[in-house]
Amino acid sequence: MTINIPTPLRAYTDKKESVSVEGTTVTEGLAALVAAHPAMQQHLFTPEGKLRSFVNVYLNDDDVRYLPAKEETAVSATDELTIIPSIAGGCCR
Amino acid sequence: MSLKLSQQLYDELRAHGEETYPHECCGIMLGKTSDEGLHVAALVRAGNTRTDSAHNRYHIAPQELIKAQREGRKAGYDIVGFYHSHPDHPAQWSPTDFAEAHWFGCSYVITAVEKGAAKITNSFLLTGKGEDDKAFEPQTIAVE
Ligand SMILES: [Zn+2]
Repeated sequence: MTINIPTPLRAYTDKKESVSVEGTTVTEGLAALVAAHPAMQQHLFTPEGKLRSFVNVYLNDDDVRYLPAKEETAVSATDELTIIPSIAGGCCR
Repeated sequence: MSLKLSQQLYDELRAHGEETYPHECCGIMLGKTSDEGLHVAALVRAGNTRTDSAHNRYHIAPQELIKAQREGRKAGYDIVGFYHSHPDHPAQWSPTDFAEAHWFGCSYVITAVEKGAAKITNSFLLTGKGEDDKAFEPQTIAVE
């Protein structure tokens, strides 16, 4: 599968916009990404190993959090995973 | 590291905040990063998903970010920053803006919109390597 890397995290993937990894599930794909680029670990996961709340992972056009099998969803070689940190804020508080 | 954009894009970004007043506007900036700064080449208006609290909160749907990233790449551009407005509040980042900022190396542009008219526009570069050492650094906006 191909994993698309957002601008702020390319510092940890040798500037690559996307990385190809082997894996049959979302979890395996992310693990392979971290294995190839270890600095990604702390940016994607909490010290407890959970995906950080502000890190969105999309499988093609679907938010992995809302897929029935979540991170255990099966992924094929032609699928694309996209890592996209959230954008939000607000004034006054 | 300054933020460089054309007068047209600068005006467009500020006008967006006037149009959505008294709600916050938000959008994505596409362009390129060089040693001299971030060059904005295009703006993508985003819908504020925070319809529950649009006057003081904004949130861009990840799908819109992915779409902008995909379309930007076709033109050779990356996401280099974001903009939003502060209706009737200063153009300074808020604790919420800071807590919710995760795009390191990107610019966060804020326009104060007073009674429907765009006033000051400021830009802040998110620096640091992670949540523990992040900071917003004021940066010059170079309108060319
Ligand atoms: Zn704000």
